[in-house]
Amino acid sequence: MSKKAIEAKKIKKYFFSPGKTQVLKEVSFSVNKGEFVSVMGKSGCGKSTLLYILSTMDTDYEGEVFLDDKLITGQSSNYLSRLRNEKIGFVFQFHYLIHEFSVLENVMIPGLKLNEKSREELEHIAMEKLKIFDMQDHALKKANQLSGGQKQRVSIARALMNNPLIIMSDEPTGNLDKKNSDMVFGIFSEIVQEFQQTILMVTHDQELASKTDRTILMEDGMVISHG
Amino acid sequence: MRVSLIVDIAKALMVARLKQTMVAAVGVTFSITMFIALLGFMNGLNDLLDGLILNRTAHVRFYNDIKPNEDQPINLSNEFSGGYNIIRSVKPSISRVSIYNNESIIRTLKGDERILGVAPKIAVQVFFNVGNVDIPGVLNGIQVDEENRLFAFSDYVVAGDFMDLQYSSNSIILGKGAAEKMMAEIGDYVQVTTAQGNRQLLKVVGYYQSGIGELDNLQSYVSLASAQKLLGETSSFITDIQVKLHDFNLSPELAREYRSIFGIDADDIQTVNAQFETGSNIRSIISYAVGITLLVVSGFGIYNILNMMIYEKMDTIAILKAIGFSGADVRNIFITIALSIGFVGGLLGLFFGFISCLGIEKIPFETEALPAIKTFPVNFNPKYYLIGGVFSLVTTYFAGFFPSRKASKIDPVEIIRGK
Ligand SMILES: Nc1ncnc2c1ncn2[C@@H]1O[C@H](COP(=O)(O)OP(=O)(O)O)[C@@H](O)[C@H]1O
Ligand SMILES: [Mg+2]
Repeated sequence: MSKKAIEAKKIKKYFFSPGKTQVLKEVSFSVNKGEFVSVMGKSGCGKSTLLYILSTMDTDYEGEVFLDDKLITGQSSNYLSRLRNEKIGFVFQFHYLIHEFSVLENVMIPGLKLNEKSREELEHIAMEKLKIFDMQDHALKKANQLSGGQKQRVSIARALMNNPLIIMSDEPTGNLDKKNSDMVFGIFSEIVQEFQQTILMVTHDQELASKTDRTILMEDGMVISHG
Repeated sequence: MRVSLIVDIAKALMVARLKQTMVAAVGVTFSITMFIALLGFMNGLNDLLDGLILNRTAHVRFYNDIKPNEDQPINLSNEFSGGYNIIRSVKPSISRVSIYNNESIIRTLKGDERILGVAPKIAVQVFFNVGNVDIPGVLNGIQVDEENRLFAFSDYVVAGDFMDLQYSSNSIILGKGAAEKMMAEIGDYVQVTTAQGNRQLLKVVGYYQSGIGELDNLQSYVSLASAQKLLGETSSFITDIQVKLHDFNLSPELAREYRSIFGIDADDIQTVNAQFETGSNIRSIISYAVGITLLVVSGFGIYNILNMMIYEKMDTIAILKAIGFSGADVRNIFITIALSIGFVGGLLGLFFGFISCLGIEKIPFETEALPAIKTFPVNFNPKYYLIGGVFSLVTTYFAGFFPSRKASKIDPVEIIRGK
């Protein structure tokens, strides 16, 4: 069994509008299983771009990405969809909950999509995930009845639903006040410690980054420090 | 992939835009309602107009035509057998208008499984003598009960009892037009003279009105026996054998078959009344065209609502894709929405279409020309409901096709980055 959850090898990314610009310049790094890694760098240095490539949503790049030691570069989009469903949990800056569904249903969706367990089992698992964040009392509320911090907790629970190999997060606290961002960060630390969850988190909060296992520093499309 | 998840998400999206979804469904309902009402009414009308002629007319009619003999003497001569003989000014020979050996022909016909019934008839050219004028007419000697069973004779007898024709001898049912000309009331006697000079007094027991003025001025009815008596013929004399089939589409085939077997003339209804088919077809085509046009318009409604939904729910689509839904899953969600609108809208449309048909059927429609008709005719053939249902699903599927494809191609990165 390999130690590496995800590995990027010489990732290059170009944008063509307006004019050809290279946003990522041979980015290579890896994240070990059970590690909590943060990525920092100035705005516009390519952090989000990198994260979209690693999450398999962006397939237009050069270089290679390995997930659990398997090469995922060049795989079919159906294969990648399934991979995202099963192995990757994504937490965005904006929660992106489906407002017409209840909190519980929102958390269950990745499990329903994976379609390996019965609905009852999935409901039970989703409830367990909500309990981690003390959100079980809100399970039957509609998603749009929650506050910003609560929504972000639900979206983390959703990312955890299929027990993913890695959780990726693009500035999850960027849109929250100090109290709520501390809480979200607290949750991340907790699931790393309790469940050995691997997390790769982009942030521009120096204080939060310093509390992670390791911080990868980026500048101008390149990694300048692996922490 | 579990289907219920796709359906749940489709439902959530529809609930989110409930008003627009309902407007789109109402569009489908409206067009299917119109489609059903129009087809039901148009085809009811078709049936009525066709029935006016087709039900009254024999599907196949056997008779002896008056025509020149086909075997002219010159053809029998060996001397001219090699050439092509042209004979000018040929006259018809004295041939029998009565059908020879008709009893065995009728027996054979009755044994044919394709045939619903057989009614013999005698057509007699007569003059009605009224004062010092002679009004020409045609007397039809009929077998009253069979004529009624096969050709709904009683529907067209507007006054008097049609069975009197059979029960009382020397009775006549006059064409309405002819009766008006002669000012003959029921119970009056009219005098007729045949071409051979035979005279007879007949008692008027009823009026006949077919709805076709030309017929009503000319045609009158007597019993078969009265007609034979009038002509001074025996009871084996008949001039026409009318045949009604279970499926009137078989009539050309059947006419051809028996024409050669019996060696007499046979006309089939298709050949005689070709124009009615054309009229019916055109009315059907018009109703289909209007129905489909309405459906296409409502299809655009669905197209719009789906596009709007996709535009508004871009975030949801992006997150579903990020979670691991494939393009096909997303496409299925929107196809499901389109088909649900089509299904519910269509079903309601069929229901309201049925209700409108019931309504149309209640509207009074009385006309001199159509004595048997009291309200508008409507056809409730399930075929139209089936077609309407299928059309509603097909059009909504196509209306949903392009928006769904657009949704399936949304790049989640673009949406998420756009924030
Ligand atoms: N779709 C795009 N087309 C062209 N340039 C882009 C596009 N998306 C991002 N960029 C550019 O790529 C660079 C990196 O962007 P991004 O990865 O979002 O930075 P970060 O997340 O580190 O702030 C920026 O200069 C940005 O302007
Ligand atoms: Mg960014």
